[in-house]
Amino acid sequence: MFFQQLINGIALGSTYALIALGYTMVYGIITLINFAHGEIYMVGAFVGLFATAVLKVNFFIAMLIAMLVCVLLGVFIERIAYRPLRKSSRLSALISAIGVSIFLSTLAQMLFGANAKGYPEGVFPVKQITIGSAEISTLQLLIIAISAILMIALEFIVHKTKIGKAMRATSEDYNTAALMGINVNMVISFTFALGSALAAAGGVLVGLLFNAVSFNMGLMAGLKAFAAAVLGGIGSIPGAMLGGLLLGVTEVAGVAIGFSSYRDAIAFAILVLVLLVKPTGLLGRKIQKKV
Amino acid sequence: MGDFLQQLVGYFNPYYLQIIVNIGIGIILALGLNVVTGLTGQLSLGHAAFMSIGAFTSALLTIKLGMPFSVNLILTGFITAGVAALIGLPILRLTGDYLAICTLGFAEIVKVVFLNLDITNRALGLTVPAANTTIPMPVVVWVVVLLTIICVTFIHNSRFGRALMAVRGDEIAAEAMGINVTLYKVQSFAIGAFIAGVGGGLYAHFMSYINPSDFGFLKSVDILSMIVLGGLGSITGSVIGAGILSAAPEFLRFMANYRMLVYGGLLVCMMIFRPNGLMGRISFADLVLRTLGRKPHLKTIMEQKIMESSRPGNGDT
Amino acid sequence: MAILELNNVTIRFGGLVAVNDVNLKVEEGTIQALIGPNGAGKSTLFNLITGIYTPTSGSISFKGNSVNGTPTFKIAAAGIGRTFQNIRLFTDLTVLDNVLIGAHSRGKWNLAGALIKFTPWVRKEEGELLDLARDCLQMVDLSYRAFELSGNLPYGEQRRLEIARALALKPDLLLLDEPAAGMNPQEKAELMAMIQRIRATGITVFLVEHDMKFVMGISDRIAVLDYGEKIAEGLPEEVRQNPKVIEAYLGKGADDAKP
Repeated sequence: MFFQQLINGIALGSTYALIALGYTMVYGIITLINFAHGEIYMVGAFVGLFATAVLKVNFFIAMLIAMLVCVLLGVFIERIAYRPLRKSSRLSALISAIGVSIFLSTLAQMLFGANAKGYPEGVFPVKQITIGSAEISTLQLLIIAISAILMIALEFIVHKTKIGKAMRATSEDYNTAALMGINVNMVISFTFALGSALAAAGGVLVGLLFNAVSFNMGLMAGLKAFAAAVLGGIGSIPGAMLGGLLLGVTEVAGVAIGFSSYRDAIAFAILVLVLLVKPTGLLGRKIQKKV
Repeated sequence: MGDFLQQLVGYFNPYYLQIIVNIGIGIILALGLNVVTGLTGQLSLGHAAFMSIGAFTSALLTIKLGMPFSVNLILTGFITAGVAALIGLPILRLTGDYLAICTLGFAEIVKVVFLNLDITNRALGLTVPAANTTIPMPVVVWVVVLLTIICVTFIHNSRFGRALMAVRGDEIAAEAMGINVTLYKVQSFAIGAFIAGVGGGLYAHFMSYINPSDFGFLKSVDILSMIVLGGLGSITGSVIGAGILSAAPEFLRFMANYRMLVYGGLLVCMMIFRPNGLMGRISFADLVLRTLGRKPHLKTIMEQKIMESSRPGNGDT
Repeated sequence: MAILELNNVTIRFGGLVAVNDVNLKVEEGTIQALIGPNGAGKSTLFNLITGIYTPTSGSISFKGNSVNGTPTFKIAAAGIGRTFQNIRLFTDLTVLDNVLIGAHSRGKWNLAGALIKFTPWVRKEEGELLDLARDCLQMVDLSYRAFELSGNLPYGEQRRLEIARALALKPDLLLLDEPAAGMNPQEKAELMAMIQRIRATGITVFLVEHDMKFVMGISDRIAVLDYGEKIAEGLPEEVRQNPKVIEAYLGKGADDAKP
């Protein structure tokens, strides 16, 4: 039973981690909580649905298409809703982000209706594998595997490539990075692109997992993923991964214990707790304020 | 008195009365959020939760205790403010972005809790009996609107209000001026909640039915849009913004589905193109004085003071 | 009487020791300067004094009372006013409002006072605060700008405004963090005169500055910080000729310091 729930939690948590990574990277680089990030995840889920149901492509292609579309969307949003406000107050940027989020989710509601839609049958053949007393579905294994691959790929990009170095430099010190000749705008766009791609993958995977895609899935998942990012330490990529997994496991455990109607509140409770007790999260660094 | 007003109000078309009341309640809520977000600079995305707490508290006070409406509203306000202070103390230590998300989380928690409590009738919502007052609701609402405008204006132009604006401008500098930033944030949060609670109480008794789902994130965004449209920090702006966005849905019924779409776009565009809102930086009082060709009162006072001190014979400081 | 005492003050940020075992006494009514190469820990010391940072070890006392761990706003209300290295004005507010906020701790009416603002006792307090603001603005010669938006002021006037705002606190100790930064020689001369006027009212001035001529011209005593440690202290003449000081500046500042 425990093992079963653990697997459930890890699978769910992997999807949170994928979304959380986008939050943490963007926050690390421009200190903005990309409120619209959850909607990008939602768009990814819908694009994946469209690709499998209408274009009738296989699951992997669908995911790639979703990632591509969301990359474009994420970069576009940054360009028109955040970049003009980079010199303005944080409040302005945050309000703008909220505006984008509302706009996208309403648009989705108008285009796709209020009801949840399911991925078509047979997109991914789900088989149950029994290990000991636990039944794991191949879908869950797929989710864990893909998430792991994407996160490893992200780590590679961030630590072993030139652009990754530029990303780290810019998140350390925006102004100095610009003075050093780094094209900060491009780095930021790239960061949004990466985060959006991961969120899109998460969206497709979750769409498959719960077989439900709806216009308002972005808000809740986004907030939970944000809680995960904070738990792991905002700005820290391993932190987002860890936070996501922990949150998934905790949520599943909570439901198993009997808190199912308060399921969504669990993430917020964790969020508030972390912010009050250890705001830098599990793996975050303490940044001294410069006065 | 009450009967006279009932007769007076009875002459009006109930449909328009409803719009007028909605505008009034919208103004009250906008003014409350304006104190928190406009004046003190703390983005609260869960303001609807305070409206919810106020609505249910006020409704239950009428249902269980039947108390006179004015007492009911005042008590509701204080209870809501109390909850806000409790929540605020721990979370207002956080910086802007985190605070915003926390308030959002708090609002969600409130909604979930109310949807599961027996006393709030769970997901079925609560039917609210008529308020214990002879004065018709539209009059009550607009009396409260007037009182709120007066109180908020007083707050703006006072030592207390200046401290709030200092917190908005630069928290570290504000601390260096002797301002206990966290305490002031909590106070502003409580004031905003008090006003929202009263607004919620009025809403509950006017609508006669309330459901926790009415007070979700979208409602908070509604209120936020009003003060963004009017101009963050501007009282006149909040009134105008609330007026427009409360009345517009009625006159633009055909666009109902597009409403949130417009709000989303509105938030983005206002921030980029006109961050000071429709009113810009001008206050209503300034506008009136300018048209009358007179200087703002404070300017006159200061000039007088400066003249006094430069008169010969006045010692230096 | 020492109005400010630092005893063995040390602060560590992770592995970095920003201020190391600093001892300093600032005498009441004097103009004390703190100099040192960039990154020596001067602003950090100011932040320690005003309670933004808490010392890892050692003690700081103001007017005989320890301020270790006291929150910043209490230290400010106790009588330490300050300006900031990177100007921190309330840019969306007028010059007058900025100074009135500086006077915050000289008033006491809060929310209740706001709601009864037309009563005589609240009006009296407002009047007193306005008088105080007027005096501070006149001290820095900015009265004519009272209703301008502080963000629109030219740089030099913004620096003066920060000083006026700090003065509105009615401080016993005024900390000035690089007040002359970015000023032209004319403005610097006016600033020197202004600081003399401020000292004449009985306020102790403790300033951090890079401009050697400025520091030499105005200070009663100078302390020198390098890599977080105090390497010299004394009268301007003594400090100027101190070999350790000259070495710390690698000969650059020393040239400016010559008459």
